[in-house]
Amino acid sequence: MSVRVCTLDDLLHAPLEADSDLTTQEYLVNMGPQHPIAHGSLRIVLRLDGETVKHVLPVPGYVHRGVEKMCEHLTYRQIIPYTDRLDYLSAIMNNWAVARTVEAAAGIETNERIEYIRTIMSELQRLQSHALWWGVTGMDLGAYTAFLYGFREREIIGEIFEETIGARLTMNYIQPGGLMYDIRPDFVAKVKRLIPYLRGCIEQYETLLTGNAIFQERLRNIGILDGAKALALGCTGPVLRASGVPYDLRAIEGYGMYGKVNFNVVVGSVGDCWDRYYVRLEEMRESLRIIEQLIDSIPEGAFSTLHYNADVILPEGTHYGQIETARGVFGVLIVSDGKSGIPYRLHFRSPNFNNLWVVTAIAPGWRIADFISIQSSLDLVVPDIDR
Amino acid sequence: MTHPMLAIPAALPAGSPWGAQTLAERASASQNLWVTAGYFLLAIVGVTVLLTLLGMVLIYVERKVAAHFQCRIGPKRVGPFGIFQTIADTLKLLFKEDFVPPQADQVLHILAPFLALLVPVVLLALIPYSPMTQIADLNIGILFVTAIGGFGVMGILIAGWSSNNKWSMIGAMRAGAQIISYEISATLALLVIVLFSGTMSLSGIVHSQSEGWWVWRGHAAGFTAFIIYLIASTAELNRTPFDIPEGESELTAGFHTEYSGLRFAFFFLAEFINMFTVSALTATLFLGGWMPFHVGDWAVLNGAMDAIPPGVWFLGKTSAVIFLIMWIRWTFPRLRVDQLMHLEWKVLLPIGIANLLIAAVLVLTNFYPFPH
Amino acid sequence: MDSEKHLTLVESLYPTVQRRTQSDRPAITVECDRLLELMQTLRDHAGLRFDLLLTHTAVDYPDENRFELLYLLYSTVHGTRILVATNLERSRPVAPSVCGIWPIAEWQEREAYDLMGILYDEHPDLRRIFLEDDWEGFPLRKDYQDSYMLELPK
Repeated sequence: MSVRVCTLDDLLHAPLEADSDLTTQEYLVNMGPQHPIAHGSLRIVLRLDGETVKHVLPVPGYVHRGVEKMCEHLTYRQIIPYTDRLDYLSAIMNNWAVARTVEAAAGIETNERIEYIRTIMSELQRLQSHALWWGVTGMDLGAYTAFLYGFREREIIGEIFEETIGARLTMNYIQPGGLMYDIRPDFVAKVKRLIPYLRGCIEQYETLLTGNAIFQERLRNIGILDGAKALALGCTGPVLRASGVPYDLRAIEGYGMYGKVNFNVVVGSVGDCWDRYYVRLEEMRESLRIIEQLIDSIPEGAFSTLHYNADVILPEGTHYGQIETARGVFGVLIVSDGKSGIPYRLHFRSPNFNNLWVVTAIAPGWRIADFISIQSSLDLVVPDIDR
Repeated sequence: MTHPMLAIPAALPAGSPWGAQTLAERASASQNLWVTAGYFLLAIVGVTVLLTLLGMVLIYVERKVAAHFQCRIGPKRVGPFGIFQTIADTLKLLFKEDFVPPQADQVLHILAPFLALLVPVVLLALIPYSPMTQIADLNIGILFVTAIGGFGVMGILIAGWSSNNKWSMIGAMRAGAQIISYEISATLALLVIVLFSGTMSLSGIVHSQSEGWWVWRGHAAGFTAFIIYLIASTAELNRTPFDIPEGESELTAGFHTEYSGLRFAFFFLAEFINMFTVSALTATLFLGGWMPFHVGDWAVLNGAMDAIPPGVWFLGKTSAVIFLIMWIRWTFPRLRVDQLMHLEWKVLLPIGIANLLIAAVLVLTNFYPFPH
Repeated sequence: MDSEKHLTLVESLYPTVQRRTQSDRPAITVECDRLLELMQTLRDHAGLRFDLLLTHTAVDYPDENRFELLYLLYSTVHGTRILVATNLERSRPVAPSVCGIWPIAEWQEREAYDLMGILYDEHPDLRRIFLEDDWEGFPLRKDYQDSYMLELPK
């Protein structure tokens, strides 16, 4: 038996020894919680030897709000807005994860129209999230212009969301049994106009950054993560797929309308930052294909099969449901006591929390600038790490 | 036989349309002490006004150029087309708290921004803006430019060291390594022009280009030197793709992390004035300075070109180089520190040395008609 | 689906394992002292190959004086999922660490320690992950109280 509880101070005050004959010393720097690469409030303690990263120590928790504890006092319908505030770039998909879990557990039926709209909205949001990520990666690597190009597309998709949902960031759109609102009458026409435009934008992305020699130098063969290591470290989403593991819930579980459309699961071959970059660009193309196949044939029907005020009581036991968000598998584990309309215990399996720890394995040995590339290619959203 | 290299053009050939006289010459030629003092005052006022104007204009231009590269409009609220935006920003910076971190080296922390600004200001005095507008024309002009330019890194190093912040320190160390490395390539490129023109005086170099600008008149050697100088001087400016000493996403703000308010503005201003001096030097050395564009015997065209004042030529060429540097900044990502060193020591330096040798051969064989 | 086959296989290897009925997917309960052994088999056995630890968390049952640890595993080889549960005494919440089997468990277990107060044996770096090191109590426990709470637990 050797349970040993330690503190951060123990680690930060460990001796810093030199590794060469020169009189050099390793040193610690706090990257974050306020740092441009933190993309929010994530503290990462780096032990550096000159420019070389020796050890990475992520210290999350700066936006921990105790969402899981709060959810123990909320009905399933009330939990939905809290999920918006986890991975705010995948808000609709997070909503869907809760709705899917609750629907499966309580046996709530939905109709085809609901599933069509859910799928289209999710893919639009995946496009939006990846567009922003593309811009942010450019900015992290010093090409500030890319950031504004990425944001341009994000705004355009955001306007389509705003028309139907009334919100641009925290959507609160998908609820157990259906949707909050029906789509606007001109939604279909607008999305159809958006598809060729976004295709052009992705081409533009390629010409702006992909072909740039400096950009390629900064990403290729940096932070290589092989498939087995990625699985062992619990990665999902584009990070795992870039390492060559074709694990995509959309294809495996075929939830929503994904089972009925044609799309490719994009996988990488090397697992470096470049693969993580290109997998996301290709995923944007696949998302457009999915939307294209669905947008013309949204069937008629009710937009919700459940009254918004209806009591939902899940049977006693553990219920788990998951969704492929823009960053990986977002899972909801609900433990219900079978008596009340609120969960006894609720746990979010967040993709960012599990993807974060990869840096401790792949970043040591690279330079500070490569650490930026690696961190950027993981595409982390901090509130989802901390919950 | 006297080699053209050795025949330093001490004075202009008779009948030259451009009789040059610098403020320094006028001051020393004057017998009256008051007139001499007046010229010195004029020089000081001139540089100060130029400094302020350049800061205002360049920051505004940079923002507008960046905006248009990024599908934006840029500043437009303060004054017509937002031209007073920079003034508003300066006022804001003036009223900000003047904060020196308690752990910092108090004296050096305050001194560093002034040191950083000193270098470009001194260089402003050397640039021949037009035949009649130059403050001092040193016969060792290029040597002076190189020497003083190399001193610019001191401000950055002192800023990074005195801030007592690890990010500042990393930024300063990066800046030191980068600027000193690229100094070599820049100097090698400048030496090519010294070889061609046979003089180190900046206005002498401009005069030597009356039959053609060195960027094409120096064959491939001149053009290569131009490219090397452009890359190396962008690196010395710490601008993207070589902005690793600041590297916003890596080092938060690099060497000026701990600076705020007006002291930060000084670094900002120094960067912009530096950009101007580098562009002006590029224009002077490679693009003929204030010399108009002439083509062989096309008298009509040459006459039309002569009608444009030399000052306008100088400004036009400098602006073109400034725009090029801005264009590069808003297009490229940032290099990594070892890639930067690789580029300098394994690519630019060998090319620069070879280029200098080729230029020397060109000059020795008198392969090209050099001015006599 | 192979889930049934997998469950039968696990039961044949570990006869003491119990199936959980109150779950929407294949789930088993195992005694705490056999957990590590079972987990190793679940990952390494050619017929199981659960190579991805999707999530790990704990549930507090103060009335029954126990903590329940939940491990959700996925096999990318067979495409199946399994939920493994084990019970701990509430007064002595010490469980074996599965860090050696799935490295991601290091941080998932730290989260369970931070919020639920589960102690992990042989854990390389057991410390708070979200809260400060000097935080008192474990917030996700049902009997947790602090002065900021509007509604105190009964």
